[in-house]
Amino acid sequence: MTNKRHWLGAGCLAGGLALAAATAGAQDKELVFGLQCDRTGATQTVGVFLCPGYHDYISLLNSKGGIEGYKIRVIEIDNEYKVPPAMEAHERFKKDGAVLEGLYGTPQTAALTKKLEEDKILGTSPGFGTAAATDGKRYPYTFPIAASYWSQGAAAVAFAKKQLGGSLKDKKIAYLFYDNPAGKEPLNILEDLSKSEGFELRTFAVPAPGVEMSAQVLDITGRYKPDFVITHLFGRAPSVSIKELKGKGYPLSKVIAFVWGSSEADIKAAGGFAMAEGYHTIQFAGVGSDFQVIKDINAMYQAQGKPVPKEQEVSVFYNRGVMVAAIHAEAARNAIKAKGGAKPTSEDVKIGLESVKGFTLGGMVPPMEVTQDDHEGGGWVQVWTVKGGQLTKDGEWFQAYRDVIKKHLAATN
Amino acid sequence: MLHREAGVYKTSYAADMALYPLPIARWSVAAIILLFAVVLPTALDEYYLSIINLVLIAVVGALGLNILVGYTGQISVGHAAFMSVGAYTAANLAVKLGLPFWITLPAGGLMAALIGAIVGIPSLRIKGLYLAIATLAGQLIIEWIINHTPAISGGAQASIEVPRPELWGHQMRTQGQLYFFLLFFAALATLASLNIVRSRIGRAFVAIRDQDIAAEIIGINIYRYKLLAFAISSFYAGVCGVLYTYYLGIANYEQFQIGVSIDYLAMIIIGGLGSVLGSIFGAIFVTMLPIVLRLLMEPVLSLFYNSGEMSAVISSFRLVLFGGLIIFFLVIEPEGLNRLWRNIRTYFRVWPFSY
Repeated sequence: MTNKRHWLGAGCLAGGLALAAATAGAQDKELVFGLQCDRTGATQTVGVFLCPGYHDYISLLNSKGGIEGYKIRVIEIDNEYKVPPAMEAHERFKKDGAVLEGLYGTPQTAALTKKLEEDKILGTSPGFGTAAATDGKRYPYTFPIAASYWSQGAAAVAFAKKQLGGSLKDKKIAYLFYDNPAGKEPLNILEDLSKSEGFELRTFAVPAPGVEMSAQVLDITGRYKPDFVITHLFGRAPSVSIKELKGKGYPLSKVIAFVWGSSEADIKAAGGFAMAEGYHTIQFAGVGSDFQVIKDINAMYQAQGKPVPKEQEVSVFYNRGVMVAAIHAEAARNAIKAKGGAKPTSEDVKIGLESVKGFTLGGMVPPMEVTQDDHEGGGWVQVWTVKGGQLTKDGEWFQAYRDVIKKHLAATN
Repeated sequence: MLHREAGVYKTSYAADMALYPLPIARWSVAAIILLFAVVLPTALDEYYLSIINLVLIAVVGALGLNILVGYTGQISVGHAAFMSVGAYTAANLAVKLGLPFWITLPAGGLMAALIGAIVGIPSLRIKGLYLAIATLAGQLIIEWIINHTPAISGGAQASIEVPRPELWGHQMRTQGQLYFFLLFFAALATLASLNIVRSRIGRAFVAIRDQDIAAEIIGINIYRYKLLAFAISSFYAGVCGVLYTYYLGIANYEQFQIGVSIDYLAMIIIGGLGSVLGSIFGAIFVTMLPIVLRLLMEPVLSLFYNSGEMSAVISSFRLVLFGGLIIFFLVIEPEGLNRLWRNIRTYFRVWPFSY
């Protein structure tokens, strides 16, 4: 026992020294990325798949020599989907000289928005946070870098229009949403579009935690009988909605889900792919493992003699992690190039992110164009549909009703 | 706090109630003030101050909950909702009317106290688990109202951005500046708590906790004091919410959901029910332990894992250790960290002549 303790103590000491030596040696040719994650909190079902994707992409870059000669060190902090740990994480990233930071969670993004601006470190909030953060003039250091809920709402309407034969005149659309700020956010876009496109919109709120919605679904399928259903749910709620809609006889081919109700895990939890045939999902990153970058990651693991990461089972979330890492890396690359190879500061990286354009990572990342005004990058999405036991691509990247979104963005200022 | 007495020499009530039973107590308090006001802010960098800031906010909330749960014996799982009441009151006043923090902060507290007293009305009839459910309803109703009332929540996102607190034209925005802002209110809250619990009100609270019928018979108006306990506790919660609002620069009710209420209950149970020092210990323990555990694990685990694997291991292992340590401390001393601290002091009071 005592012997073991001695060894453990010696190990700790050696570890500390080794780390001190390692960090001291690699300072000048190293960039630090901060990443917040939730692996143990309310949204861990997303985090445990998304964050490994982030790390794997960065490891892949590092194994190929890093970005323009700079190795990347990722500091990940699990904020457990709570606000105080998110603040601690931000201060830690700042202390360790992070040039950018990946945020995690809508309340956490809201809580850090002001601090990021004061500390001049950019934070990315793909798929959460407020749609108003698209406006880079108003929120200079917050970057959604993926379709906001407004853009997703517009895309869902555009997709419904396409599916219903090109016109929504006198059609009925039901919006089934989680009754929280994120769920309510796209309402004004949907209402606006219902006027301009001439369809009737009815909303059905599902209270937290969203696992009981038979009354709402019965209302939709039995009474309202809409031509299309748009769902915007979180956590366990999407799988419940698939099960309920299917169980009450509504065709899933007339259902489209927002980005947090669109993973393989949701479909499996609802009873499997066979049962969810026809279910449409909105995606802001490519799905599946048929991408060169995923093959490269797997090759890297095989070269190390390790098994392929099991997190790829839920490729929807894993690929989002890869996408976020890739955009972070691209921003850093732009910043290094702009400085002629010198080490960029966090403000250089912000300018670098504002010049990300034409970076598609073999089709996994949408053809976004991030600018000083548009931190969303255009609000591109892809629709993937459950077909023959898997998610299959239903059309290319598209953006919808940008004029309406821009009008609303201008109105919030 | 840190001193040892040689025996009990108190001959009057005044001596028994004194905050400083011996001159050395005064000196130790002065030393603590010096430590917090001068040594810490100059010696620590922003990162460590940011952790202390989070602790200071938690201290205010934990003190308030301990007055209700620890001293009065009325359980509440709606503490976080009262924080959101304070937060939105202050945010609306600060944004719509442009009021400074020294008005919005007490206003947020008072509004929370009012709502808290209303939510506390069921305590006049029911206690224990039944009261817990009634306050749980209070938590959910308040959340729902904020979420569905744009006049309170400020729109679909339910968040209101608040300007930084200003004092004599100086904005407090860095962690160092906010440290003094938060320290002042945490110290004030601690001082107020110490004085409430040794006053007539505090003794009435304790009497109600120990045996409410007996308390009524000796002439305590238990209706009044139960509601007062809810109001005072909610006032603290409201102030805690306002402090969060100014610290983060935004009021957002999603920061104050049911899980936060449970966290604060955990703080006072681990720290010690019915003690001011226990609330502080509990707030420190629950806020800092996860951070400290991670800082300790990082250098060790980085030897065996790459950064991606390490993150997964740390997250899970930290949760195991955190839970394990809570159980460990509660097993060796069920009455919490404060009792543990007192046991240590009692031991050394007679040391080395233990009998």
